[in-house]
Amino acid sequence: MTRILPHPILTIALTLFWLILQQSASVGNLILGLAIGLSAGLATRSLGLDKPKMGKPWKAVELVFVVLADIVRSNAAVAWVILTHGNSPRVAGFLRVPLKLRDHTALAFLSIILTATPGTVWLEFDEEAGELLLHVLDLVDEEQWIDLITKRYERRLLEIFA
Amino acid sequence: MSATIIDFSLIIAQVMLGVGMLLTVFRMVVGPRAQDRVLALDAFYITGMLMLVTVGIRSGSSVYFEVALIIGMLGFVSTVALAKFLMRGEVIE
Amino acid sequence: MNAIPLWGAIAFAILIVGGAGLTLLGCIGLARFNAFYARIHGPTLGTSFGMVGIIFASALYFTLAEGRPVMHEILIAAFVVITTPVTLMLLSRAALHRDRSEGAPDVPAPRRRIAAREPQPDTKI
Repeated sequence: MTRILPHPILTIALTLFWLILQQSASVGNLILGLAIGLSAGLATRSLGLDKPKMGKPWKAVELVFVVLADIVRSNAAVAWVILTHGNSPRVAGFLRVPLKLRDHTALAFLSIILTATPGTVWLEFDEEAGELLLHVLDLVDEEQWIDLITKRYERRLLEIFA
Repeated sequence: MSATIIDFSLIIAQVMLGVGMLLTVFRMVVGPRAQDRVLALDAFYITGMLMLVTVGIRSGSSVYFEVALIIGMLGFVSTVALAKFLMRGEVIE
Repeated sequence: MNAIPLWGAIAFAILIVGGAGLTLLGCIGLARFNAFYARIHGPTLGTSFGMVGIIFASALYFTLAEGRPVMHEILIAAFVVITTPVTLMLLSRAALHRDRSEGAPDVPAPRRRIAAREPQPDTKI
């Protein structure tokens, strides 16, 4: 399992991508896709990445819906800021968020979540202090933003990657 | 009826995307700093990619889909290289 | 090519005009905001629901027109979702680095300044 399939999720995802790109699920394409996925998995093994420790992966479904709802909300919020305060946003500012997350995969997911929701941009993460520097477009209430990130996203990511 | 709706909404969407691309070009020309221009280039290629998807719908062929994917990949690599350049002043270290 | 039913055309119109409108709003934000760190929020509108609206409209159109599920547009969405954090993070960090090395006053200072880790941009190695 680990010798041939060091990164099973990567292999499965790449095979699926290949089948979608070819728009057919014939045996030949399946073999070709599996060959690409397996060789990419083997090539990635030689990079020596640390494997994420999964705690409760099924909690990811809940996180996806939470994030989708937040993307809708923040799209509307940012569109409103652009329409009403087009020249300069009233209260844009930097925000430091203390994080308990240390797992690199979980941090990568958090960065995707924060970038995908308009209105927050990830600037840098200080690994020693465990502090994340963000820029927020609509920084009305700092506590509310910190609560949003730590209680809505970080708590669930900590459960997924235990 | 539905053909009219599709044609009309496609024209509206393409005009919107075209105006958006012009605005990013404006930001690219005005600057004022290098990072603003790179950010505008990033927005420009993403808007152009979406424009190509709409062109693909209008022509009814899926060739434009592959063009859009290639634009996305080249744009990603060029933005990363330019950001790296801004960070250090040289791309190849 | 099949004829597209009316509900499909209306859903298509809502998706594509909404997506293009959000992308346009993002570009307006990019062009009008007065600070770089505010401008960086503009394109994220285009890369989140602006992109999703247009991609779904395309998938819907080709699915209805060809009478079979056409899903390959999802690849563009997946690609954009994966790559946008990388480009924006690199770009904002480069901007932060440039502002700090120039001593801009309105930028937060790094927590601990370690001189050896961050060489100045003009030092030639």
